[in-house]
Amino acid sequence: MTFTFLILAVIILGSALAAALRPNLIHCALLLVVSWLGVAGFYLWAGAEFVAFAQVLVYVGALSMVVLFAVLLTRQSRAELRVDAPETRRAVWAVIAGVAVSGVIGAAVFATKWDPAPVTAPEVTVRGLGLELMGAHAAALLLLGVLLTAALLGAVVLAAPDRPEKEEKS
Amino acid sequence: MSPLQGCLLLSAALFSVGLVIALARSNAILVLLGIELMLNAANLNFIAFWRFHSGAAPATGVIFVLFAIAVAAAEAAVGLALVIALYRHQKNLRLQEATRLRG
Amino acid sequence: MQLSATHLWMIPALPLLAAAIGSLTPRGGRKLAAGAAIAAMIGAFVLSCGALVTALAQPAVHASANFTWFALGNEVVRVGWLLDPLTAFMAVMVTFVGTLIFIFSLGYMKEDRNFTRFFCFLSLFAAAMLGLLVANSLLLLFVCWELVGLASYLLIGFWFHKPAAAAAAKKAFLTTRIGDLGLLLGLLWLYHVRGSLLCYDGGAGVLEQGSLTALAGTTVAGGFALSTAIGLLIFCGAIGKSGQFPLHVWLPDAMEGPTPVSALIHAATMVAAGVFLVARVYPLMLADQALASVPVHALTVVAGIGAITALLGAAIAVAQNDIKRVLAFSTVSQLGYMMLALGVGSWVAAIFHLLMHAFFKALLFLGAGSVIHAAHHEQDVRRLGGLGRRMKATFATFAVGTMALAGVPFLFSGFWSKEAVLHAAHAWPVSSLPLLVGLAAVVLTAFYMTRLITGIFLGAPRTDAAAEAHENSAVMTGPLLILAACAIGLGFIGTPAWPWLQSNLGGIVVEPESIWEAPGLMLLSIGLVVTGLGAGWAVYGRRRNVNASSVDPLAQAAPGLFAVLAARLGFDEFYAATFGRLNTWVAALADGLDRRVWDSLVSLLARAGEFSGVLNREADEDILNRGFDRTSATVRGVGQTYSRAQAGETHGYLRTVALAFVVFALVLLLGGVR
Repeated sequence: MTFTFLILAVIILGSALAAALRPNLIHCALLLVVSWLGVAGFYLWAGAEFVAFAQVLVYVGALSMVVLFAVLLTRQSRAELRVDAPETRRAVWAVIAGVAVSGVIGAAVFATKWDPAPVTAPEVTVRGLGLELMGAHAAALLLLGVLLTAALLGAVVLAAPDRPEKEEKS
Repeated sequence: MSPLQGCLLLSAALFSVGLVIALARSNAILVLLGIELMLNAANLNFIAFWRFHSGAAPATGVIFVLFAIAVAAAEAAVGLALVIALYRHQKNLRLQEATRLRG
Repeated sequence: MQLSATHLWMIPALPLLAAAIGSLTPRGGRKLAAGAAIAAMIGAFVLSCGALVTALAQPAVHASANFTWFALGNEVVRVGWLLDPLTAFMAVMVTFVGTLIFIFSLGYMKEDRNFTRFFCFLSLFAAAMLGLLVANSLLLLFVCWELVGLASYLLIGFWFHKPAAAAAAKKAFLTTRIGDLGLLLGLLWLYHVRGSLLCYDGGAGVLEQGSLTALAGTTVAGGFALSTAIGLLIFCGAIGKSGQFPLHVWLPDAMEGPTPVSALIHAATMVAAGVFLVARVYPLMLADQALASVPVHALTVVAGIGAITALLGAAIAVAQNDIKRVLAFSTVSQLGYMMLALGVGSWVAAIFHLLMHAFFKALLFLGAGSVIHAAHHEQDVRRLGGLGRRMKATFATFAVGTMALAGVPFLFSGFWSKEAVLHAAHAWPVSSLPLLVGLAAVVLTAFYMTRLITGIFLGAPRTDAAAEAHENSAVMTGPLLILAACAIGLGFIGTPAWPWLQSNLGGIVVEPESIWEAPGLMLLSIGLVVTGLGAGWAVYGRRRNVNASSVDPLAQAAPGLFAVLAARLGFDEFYAATFGRLNTWVAALADGLDRRVWDSLVSLLARAGEFSGVLNREADEDILNRGFDRTSATVRGVGQTYSRAQAGETHGYLRTVALAFVVFALVLLLGGVR
């Protein structure tokens, strides 16, 4: 339990909670970016630098842009950025579910007897990671490539406008 | 409280916040972002176990998270394409109105 | 007060903090944002003065404070701060001019509704620029280099609702990016060879003797020394940033930004960053001088580019009508002078001219801003005139700036720095071409500045806007007066009789040389200045009965030449016709490939698929369908029963999943199954 960890926890949870409450969609998206940055900070704190950089690149860099694009592509006017406040009944249920989930996980965490933690982080060099990826996990890496390609194609197909002749049929 | 427990509690809390966002907000983009937060909480767990718990091979946790991030990126791309398709279809993003499977 | 290298980070940190405050201030908090920005600049100025005192105590020492930024496996990336007289003088200049321009902006941007954002961007720029100056690592320098580029983009496009401003911002960003690519390649190569990007690191830095010997001793393709290749790649970055030929095209367009931005970024500081960069890596540029066998020395290229730019900029400035464009091309030309001085081997003269130029060019731009503000955003010289009588303070200070830029002898700072550059060019053994070009540019400079000042301030007002103009408030004229005092007084720190700046900048004590070491050259350049001023006065000073649509006397005398110069020698058109068209052509080729080749392949495949589909359908309908019809009727019945739970409500599904998880977890926990 270090001071850094506490600060990071406050940043991560604080910005995520604020995102849950803000009415403005852009604000929510930006607050979540802050939260992701906090998670990257957590990885750095835990000694996983490479993952931290991947987190920054993928989430803070790429995903946030995709999200902002989605926000900008799907609005017509400034007023639409203010999304509806959640309906009360659903919000209550949501909070109940959230509290229940964190409750059982927390109970499980405290009920388990953990081994004492190793003192230092496992040594993982970028070179070692590369060798692992290309060696033991090569098949998974290939599959991931296929998955990403499929996702790309799928996204294009989903987001592309329907052909005019199809529209006439329906 | 050991560091591992602290990390796991943080992850649980983050997961729940993501769940609340996904459940309570009606905007489809925000629901997706909530799900992304939940994925992040899971990744946080991997790193926590990798760092504060002995047992597995040294690089397993990191590799797992890398794969999870890549899958999350793919998921987000498809999800946001779905959001755009949804918007084109019903001219708003209210998820509770998207109840039909046909056009 | 002293400031050691360890605490040098505070200088850029202050404006960065102000930028953070500015970015969080709502639109109404004008006083907070502007106050924070100005206070931070004043604080940075005080700190820079402290750093200067420290640096001057030991001018020959490159004091550095390095630390590990991050470690990635076994690779350790180290960055640091560097304190030497070059850094300290530049930092003092940037913070001093910056403070004055910030104050001027209070008046100039008073009516703009995005006032807070403007100060936020200005502070961001100042932070990046100061970070660039204090960086000891070329990596950190590159990061700040790109940040100043970003700030410049944001500020040029500050009035982005004007299409011209948005286009100019884009052009500036993309053009400088071409140079930055070279810089990046140079840095990557350097890192690949040396494994470090620290400039000074107790003997292991890339600019220290061991590294330089190794770099100069290695030969790469074409007989170039490795240090020449890397030096020239780094120089590419300087070409882009400092508006040197052939990438100078963005700088005049950058004048679409607010005038204080033009003064701060596109005259005094950022564009000088290229000169600073070359001066910073000067040991690297010098490393190949001792080699006789290389095809070309790095510095010879620098001198050539500088000479071309100096002449080109001055010639084009003669035929421009927009006040700010005249000044912009003048900046291009003066930056060429600095590069020329670097190239002929006197980086001290280059930095001297840089510092002096920053003061008087900022003065000229702010004066132009004062005129534009008073004349309701009229910036065409032909539509002004006669402002001297109503704007006495602006007129007087603008005249001081003009004389400093033209190099009027003895009293003005521009004279001494220009003399230093010309003497350095005179002493260059390789070629006398830079000297001739420099002298030609002297005449042109004096001529176009006379044309500008008579056009704005003398004669009769040519439009209503010019006739109604009146002097601005003290918040705008105050900085003008201070800068004018600097334009007169500061030159004396670098005169041949008392070379204080030269002695301290290089760390080698320069003996007070006699003014008469090359008396002919000095007399010649004075004569040329007088010729330029006289010619300008003869052509423009005594015109009577001109109105806004009168033809320029030069255009009457030589219409062809004037038109070519007014069209800026057609560089923009040339780039559009070559690179722009090449781009379009490649795109059209790719498009054609896509449509013709790939598309026909795909549709061939589709035909095949369609054919097999038809076959399948025939088989399906007759053979399989009947059996399936009956099964699906049953499935449909079951489905209808279940569909009540499947209302299509996504939130409901997710909620069910979450609550089900809770139930299972509870069963596991309470049931004691661990």
